[in-house]
Amino acid sequence: MNMLRSVVLGAALVSGGLSAQTVIQGAGATFPYPLYSKWISEYQKVDPKANINYQSIGSGGGIRQILEETVDFGATDAPMTPQERAKAKSPILHIPVTMGCVVVSYNVPGVSSGLKLTPELVAGIFMGQVTKWSDPKLASANPGVKLPATPITVAYRSDGSGTTAVFTEYLAKVSADWKAKVGAGKSVKFPIGLGGKGNEGVTGLVKTTPGAVGYVELAYAKQNGLAVAAIRNKNGKFIQPSPEGVTSAASGNEIPADLCMSITDGPGAKDYPISAFTYILVHENQKDGTKGKMVADFLWWAMHEGQKFAAALDYAPLPKDVTPKIEAKLKTLKFAGKVLITKK
Amino acid sequence: MQSKFAMSVPQGRGSWLSRLWRAFAGTGEVNPADRIFLWVTGLFAGTAILVLGAMTLQVFRASLPSIRQFGWRFLIGKDWDPVLDAFGALPYIYGTVVSSLLALALAVPIALGIAIYLAELAPTWLRRPLGFTVELLAAIPSVIYGLWGIFVLAPWLRDSVQPFLAARLGFLPFFQGTPRGLGLMAGVLILAIMILPTIASVSRDVLEAVPSTLREGALALGSTRWEMVRKAVLPSASSGILGAVILGLGRALGETMAVTMVIGNRAEISFSLFDPSYTLASVIANEYAEASSDLYLSALTELGLILFGVTVLLNIIARLLIWRVGRVPSGAGRS
Amino acid sequence: MIDSFARRKLWDILARWACLGMVILALVPLVSVLFDLTVKGLGGFSWDFFTQLPKPVNETGGGMANAFAGSAVLVGLGCAFGIPVGVLGGVYLAEFGQNRFGKFVRFSADVMSGVPSITVGIFVYTLVVLTMHRFSALAGGIALAILMLPTVMRTTEELLRLVPDSLREAGLALGVPKWRVILGVVLRTGAPGIATGIMLAVARAAGETAPLLFTAFGSRFLSLKLDQPMGSLPVQIYTYAVSPYDDWHRQAWAAALALVLLVLILNILARVMTRQPGQGR
Repeated sequence: MNMLRSVVLGAALVSGGLSAQTVIQGAGATFPYPLYSKWISEYQKVDPKANINYQSIGSGGGIRQILEETVDFGATDAPMTPQERAKAKSPILHIPVTMGCVVVSYNVPGVSSGLKLTPELVAGIFMGQVTKWSDPKLASANPGVKLPATPITVAYRSDGSGTTAVFTEYLAKVSADWKAKVGAGKSVKFPIGLGGKGNEGVTGLVKTTPGAVGYVELAYAKQNGLAVAAIRNKNGKFIQPSPEGVTSAASGNEIPADLCMSITDGPGAKDYPISAFTYILVHENQKDGTKGKMVADFLWWAMHEGQKFAAALDYAPLPKDVTPKIEAKLKTLKFAGKVLITKK
Repeated sequence: MQSKFAMSVPQGRGSWLSRLWRAFAGTGEVNPADRIFLWVTGLFAGTAILVLGAMTLQVFRASLPSIRQFGWRFLIGKDWDPVLDAFGALPYIYGTVVSSLLALALAVPIALGIAIYLAELAPTWLRRPLGFTVELLAAIPSVIYGLWGIFVLAPWLRDSVQPFLAARLGFLPFFQGTPRGLGLMAGVLILAIMILPTIASVSRDVLEAVPSTLREGALALGSTRWEMVRKAVLPSASSGILGAVILGLGRALGETMAVTMVIGNRAEISFSLFDPSYTLASVIANEYAEASSDLYLSALTELGLILFGVTVLLNIIARLLIWRVGRVPSGAGRS
Repeated sequence: MIDSFARRKLWDILARWACLGMVILALVPLVSVLFDLTVKGLGGFSWDFFTQLPKPVNETGGGMANAFAGSAVLVGLGCAFGIPVGVLGGVYLAEFGQNRFGKFVRFSADVMSGVPSITVGIFVYTLVVLTMHRFSALAGGIALAILMLPTVMRTTEELLRLVPDSLREAGLALGVPKWRVILGVVLRTGAPGIATGIMLAVARAAGETAPLLFTAFGSRFLSLKLDQPMGSLPVQIYTYAVSPYDDWHRQAWAAALALVLLVLILNILARVMTRQPGQGR
């Protein structure tokens, strides 16, 4: 029975693939990929014609490929730099679709939870100044936690990554040493460690390497049962990463016209300090009417109905004060001068 | 050697057109259908030249911005910093060369042993199946060695081999640092496994091409089988074997996926086999689709150009060496 | 004298055992890889694995139908471009190639066979992907064709050279035009051997990952459109292998087992075909 259904389904899929079915191509950030892949499969129930192929290759790839116009939409957690914007042949919009947090995830034998890190310690670990889990500085920040003498193995991103951009932007804010020696950006030169490809790769490295520590999106750590560290925020409180901490960090910010805003190292008492918006990149003037309409509708759905899937996957829904501005932005998407979204 | 079907153009002998024609088609009588056939097949044959030429040109052209910007300093620069648009290839060149040479050092003795066994020592009934089995090692796709490397080889290195080496030989700079499994050592082992069959099977072919009179002579003089191999067969096959080794080196330098998956992906010049490293091919695989600045992309392409140039050069040398031996016996020798 | 003879005999025995030892040493990784593939991959084989599309991240189940279909299409495209060009080019080399042009072609093909596959990826990306403004199965197929071309061309040439000249002469003596002699007699005689060469080239192409990373790219859909990105077994094995998800690891092993089985079957078939008397070598 099950077999028969599979055969029929398979045949339907093949014939569907052969018929004139549109596939929307997207590529970019790995940070929101678990949520995007959920959205894509849910959205297909809403619009069965919408096949959206999203490849999580990293934010750098998302920006590069939308600039080369090899994809219908890109995705990034790090807003495009002025140099990158200058290269665009036609205006590219940043559409915030969700928020998430970058967590310091660790695999320390015998320590399954409860690690607390100050910003200085995070910078120290990722710069190779703190090399053993039993380091006195780590011990003094974590009284009562029995830390082994295992050497620390840092895992970082080997590809152009928005997660790296968010993480290094935060570290450059809190550590002058980091700012001077490493800097901030999508690919920086890490002083030590192993490189993994994508949030997937770094999570994989942390999971398989005893003594490893890496920075990944919360969803990746949660889904793989990895321990995450609480980070001390600007207010002096140690905050366990969670969607609530991100929502708190995103509240009360001024919203710029291009909707690109940094919410790291926020001042609020409940703010998780390494929080970020993540963006879909689309050309303001779409080249293909059908595809353009489909992308616009998908984004509209994602920022409304789609938001309810966020929390379950450890992402934070868009703040209420940003939503109207995103709606307005989506309504500027055009094909041949005609606006693609006519709702409300 | 004369063409099997000689063809010609009727026009005068001196013009460049007719010279070109003769270079292409030889001399002789031709009917129209045959001429079309000649042209069509020649055109298809020419695609090899076309593709290679286009590849060289395209990769070179895409590297130009980086070549202009950095010049020779690109080869000795140690920094690879996309934030500052500063690019130097040295750590990648180092990682590529060191991993490949170490892999060669491991693979060559084993491959030679195999080649000698298969060509000279093994019972005849065993030669074919055993040779085929060794060649199967070459048939397994790179990505599968990578998968095996991540989940089988690296944990074994991390939990057994590296702690043992660190305890016994830890005073050497090569065995210092944290045993992580993933790193230069894993890369070297995987590469050695992957180039082993190439070197072994080409060497075996070279040994088999050595005229049997040499063997008979040695045996007639009372040599043991091994003395025959060492004193009569190996010396006359040496340049061909060197060719096989260089062919293996070329393969190791260009190997991408398996190495990317296990070598740790970190641009660092370190003596320790425990430390992560990075190769030219790996950094391209990781960063090529993602490099956002023009110079960054061009620098990556220049890494590809270096790799391309070196492997092509090695291939030419290897083939010349192998031809010198291989030309003698086979009826289809190259003229 | 006796002493020296014994020593020489001892060396001989030692050397024989050492060589045999090397063979066994080389078989250790082969056995280990095949063993691990079977143990970890066989459990992943299921009807769903071959017929279903991937599920969203971190949801258990789903399959790799997209990758199986994609690999078939990509290798098919590689063959469609690579085989005609390779075989006919090989015909030229064997039948008319004793000239400077032929030498140059031969040289180019040999050099091409040593070009790292990642460089081919760069080449096709700049040439095809950037021109078409999209990643596509077509670009992936071209990359595979470039990798197959030299093998097919040189194998064809070598096998046609083994066809005895008497066959050619017999055909020509009957007044048959040369092109028909070549296609109808020479090529047909060499066909089984050429097929073997093609099978080996296909086996190689089916496992290539690096040139597909930025040409065919990847897709989680079963789309057979050639101007769209397409998934493939090797790329999906790579993506799944470096990911942290246990279910993806399980699927990566299963896919790897499927891929190796395919490659081994092609290799063994090729070997069996060359062993038939009177054909090929």
